[in-house]
Amino acid sequence: MMMTLHIMRRELRAMFLSPLAWTILAVVQFILAYLFLTQLSEFIRYQPQLKSLAQSIGVTDIVISPMYGSASFILMLVVPLITMRVISEERRNKSLALLFSAPVSMTEIVLGKYLGVVAFLMIMIGMVSIMPLSLLFAGPIDTGLFLSTLLGVILLVTSFAAVGVYFSSLTVQPTVAAIATFGILLLLWIIDWAGGRVADPNTTGVLTYLSMLRHFETLSKGVFNTSDVAYYLLFIGAFLTLSVRRLDADRLQH
Amino acid sequence: MSKDTLVQVEHISRFYGPNAAVSQVSFEVQRGEVLGFLGPNGAGKSTTMQMITGNLAPSAGQVRICGIDLLDLPRAAKAEIGYLPEQPPLYRDFTVDEYLIFCARINGISRDKIKTAVTRSKERCGLTEVSHRLINNLSKGYQQRVGIAQAIIHSPAVVVLDEPTVGLDPIQIREIRSLIRELGNEHGVILSTHILPEVQMTCDRVQIINKGKLVFSDEIENLNQRMQSSSLLLGLHRPPEGSELSDIDGVNTVETLEDNHFRVMHDMENSPAEKIAELAVQKGWGLFELAPERKTLEQIFVDITSNETMVEENAA
Repeated sequence: MMMTLHIMRRELRAMFLSPLAWTILAVVQFILAYLFLTQLSEFIRYQPQLKSLAQSIGVTDIVISPMYGSASFILMLVVPLITMRVISEERRNKSLALLFSAPVSMTEIVLGKYLGVVAFLMIMIGMVSIMPLSLLFAGPIDTGLFLSTLLGVILLVTSFAAVGVYFSSLTVQPTVAAIATFGILLLLWIIDWAGGRVADPNTTGVLTYLSMLRHFETLSKGVFNTSDVAYYLLFIGAFLTLSVRRLDADRLQH
Repeated sequence: MSKDTLVQVEHISRFYGPNAAVSQVSFEVQRGEVLGFLGPNGAGKSTTMQMITGNLAPSAGQVRICGIDLLDLPRAAKAEIGYLPEQPPLYRDFTVDEYLIFCARINGISRDKIKTAVTRSKERCGLTEVSHRLINNLSKGYQQRVGIAQAIIHSPAVVVLDEPTVGLDPIQIREIRSLIRELGNEHGVILSTHILPEVQMTCDRVQIINKGKLVFSDEIENLNQRMQSSSLLLGLHRPPEGSELSDIDGVNTVETLEDNHFRVMHDMENSPAEKIAELAVQKGWGLFELAPERKTLEQIFVDITSNETMVEENAA
């Protein structure tokens, strides 16, 4: 466990030593701030009309949820760039031998690297979340909806990271890992689009279930469903196990 | 200095597809011993090293470090190994200190001992003055030293060094060699190299591997004896005519070389050097050179790795 923590800390530190991490943080923050502000001015414009509606629709529905929706899409583009070098770069520099010959298990290596990426993403989400939280100065927000949306984003993004770590363990070329990760994420994002065109209702059900977006959508509507959370946890577990097995295969006879 | 077995390698093999990179290699390393691992390129040196250090799983066979099976209890066994691969496993955007602290941590050194471990390791490898520099900006020689520092930071029982002196200048090479000798006092060291004098200077025992098989294994002293050959190199300004030289007692054959040089083959026990010198003075041959010839390790190496019949003899 300590080893996982040490590897995680190194990973996080290595990320901030490269300009890539800083650039990504800045760009994501800038784009989301822009979206947040346009959404907010929209809300202020329609606020008088909203008051008259029978169903109560507040700032959380109109500003905060859509911002996290956009954030999840932007992070789908960004996470592959963060995870691409995690293992592939070490393989390329032949520095994996350091971890392999230390008293550290493969699981600890993968987990440490994964948690390093997750820690970075949490910093990013934390910085983004300051914007909606700043609305607390102006008035109350729907805490339940806010927290469930936040949970949705965190689960979604950590799943992205698990896929990224796996593809990074497959190759020595960081760019290949990035493109492959992005490809699979996009596929899983849009997989239910085919749903409408497939006549068989069973197939539609499976495709909808596989879609990462569907599970996020329920959470971002404030519906906390165990099956959605389970989907993400299984997803993360599966890809991390695959990564461990991939690293083990480096050593073993095949 | 106790003589206990630190590394036990039993019949390890490794296949890449149908090719055996290493087959049925067995050896042992005792505490206080420096084992030299020699072999031509592609002989399986690095593969063997990787198997000893747990970077590759052997296809067959067993590796025990301090009596702990590397495959059954990798964590306990790996704690006793320090490994410097051919290419040092460095994080180039870290400073020397940061890197070594990380290495100390993942090798399970407790928090309060990290500082002393890092300082000691830096001192031993002569890195103290570059502590705060980025590894990327260091010269190749210094990077190599950082790699060695990383391998010895947790004072492992076994230190495995794969070609540690590559890319170093002659002074650094001497320093590293004396460091290896020093390590050999308390640890067991396995050193892979293709620099033959290095083996003669630093190792207690030599193993030669060729085409994945161990073809030679002996103490360096025995090797030195083996290198004593039975010939003299003789230089005469006015060499005698006819068979005067070959008639000297003990001389078997005389080979004429360029520039008034001769190679005199003689019996192993009975060197005619003294007699030749006496005769040369008596008869005015103009002796200017008389030296016993020694087989170099290089010749032995070439003999062993290129001569198949000899391979069989030694392997048996």
